[in-house]
Amino acid sequence: MKEEKQLKVSAIKNGTVIDHIPASNLFKVIEILALSHCKNQITFGNNLESKKLGSKAIIKIADRFFADDEVNRIALVAPQAKLNIIKNYNVIEKRTVEIPDEIHSIAKCMNPMCVTNHQAIPTKFKVISRQEVTLQCAYCEKITDQERLVILSGIR
Amino acid sequence: MKSLVSITDFSKQDILSVLEHAANFEKDSRQRLLQGKVVATLFFEPSTRTRLSFETAINRLGGRVIGFSDANNTSMAKGETLKDTIMMVANYADLIVMRHPLEGAARYASEISRIPIINAGDGANQHPTQTLLDLYSIKKTQGKLDDLNIAMVGDLKYGRTVHSLLQAMSLFRTSFTFIAPPELAMPGEYKNLLAKKKLQYSEHLDLEGSINDADIIYMTRVQRERFLDPMEYEKVKQLYVLRNSMLSNTRPNVKILHPLPRVNEINIDVDSNPKAYYFQQAGNGVFARMAAICHLLNL
Repeated sequence: MKEEKQLKVSAIKNGTVIDHIPASNLFKVIEILALSHCKNQITFGNNLESKKLGSKAIIKIADRFFADDEVNRIALVAPQAKLNIIKNYNVIEKRTVEIPDEIHSIAKCMNPMCVTNHQAIPTKFKVISRQEVTLQCAYCEKITDQERLVILSGIR
Repeated sequence: MKSLVSITDFSKQDILSVLEHAANFEKDSRQRLLQGKVVATLFFEPSTRTRLSFETAINRLGGRVIGFSDANNTSMAKGETLKDTIMMVANYADLIVMRHPLEGAARYASEISRIPIINAGDGANQHPTQTLLDLYSIKKTQGKLDDLNIAMVGDLKYGRTVHSLLQAMSLFRTSFTFIAPPELAMPGEYKNLLAKKKLQYSEHLDLEGSINDADIIYMTRVQRERFLDPMEYEKVKQLYVLRNSMLSNTRPNVKILHPLPRVNEINIDVDSNPKAYYFQQAGNGVFARMAAICHLLNL
């Protein structure tokens, strides 16, 4: 069974494997990590079976390693994501993602009257709660909760 | 460099210092501390009362005013961004007072400006100099800010003035009496703030009788658009009208405040009662704003 899975997305020699991404958010993760501009070899699989998530996505990026603050940016859309750091076909480190204290340029403020929804101003939120994701806009001070959370498209 | 965007930008020390200076300005309003300085008043949204109060404050301090009171006559109408307007004006003036219809506009301006910003209202968000003048009115009429009971009446859910006043008064030993219909009750986050600071509060549905222990009665307007059911609004609006007869058992020192404009929530028969203070309260705005401007410019 394990071997069959391996075949679905080919193994990498060195790099990072991001596993347990919710299938519906694969493209958001690609966008947040700006992988569409990345020249490295990237393979991804979507709608793979997952006991935890029902269906999941996985991304393998050859010869690329992420800093914590870089990868924590995906925590809003893939809170259960696991990173496997691969060296010479072996997993040498496993990491989880953590929602940072501040979220920049990823989420949209739910307040239609917020200045960030009318002018070209990057959004900025303070994280009020991590359990049930609750964000407070640094500008209009309104709360954006999990239910009203919208990830911006066109993230740089 | 400090700005005043939200009342929480000021510490207790800042607030006390501003109130002390406001009292000095009231005693002697001919202190030309702004001589040679230029203050920009940028009113992207019209507001006669607030703008005139700020411009009076600047003029009394000997400063010069530049600015606009209607964004339609400016380059904004040509599509200039808020950023560009602020960057440009920051080259001309020593301080910017701004009102903007979008929420968070003043916070953003304070991030990009190299001179202090005073928020004179950003949509329904913050209006911190209103809170300073409320605090000044409380201190002036009660002689202190500690050990007071503040009754807040009307729309406690959406009213930004009551939220800011609660945040500021929570820096002192204050107890609160909230009087509002269930639809417009004080939000949990503010009650949690009081609980965290071990400050007492009580909640009531009826206005009559609930105000007898108050030192300050802070009235707000119950707005029709807050109700889904128009019948409910009609029912509720009569319940939160302060009448002169309700004041007979209130404390002798009590003062009635209102951020104005009022509609019908304070009956005109209250106006002649010495406990009514809302018109003097508005007048205090000039002194509070003089003090806030000087505080931000370290004068």
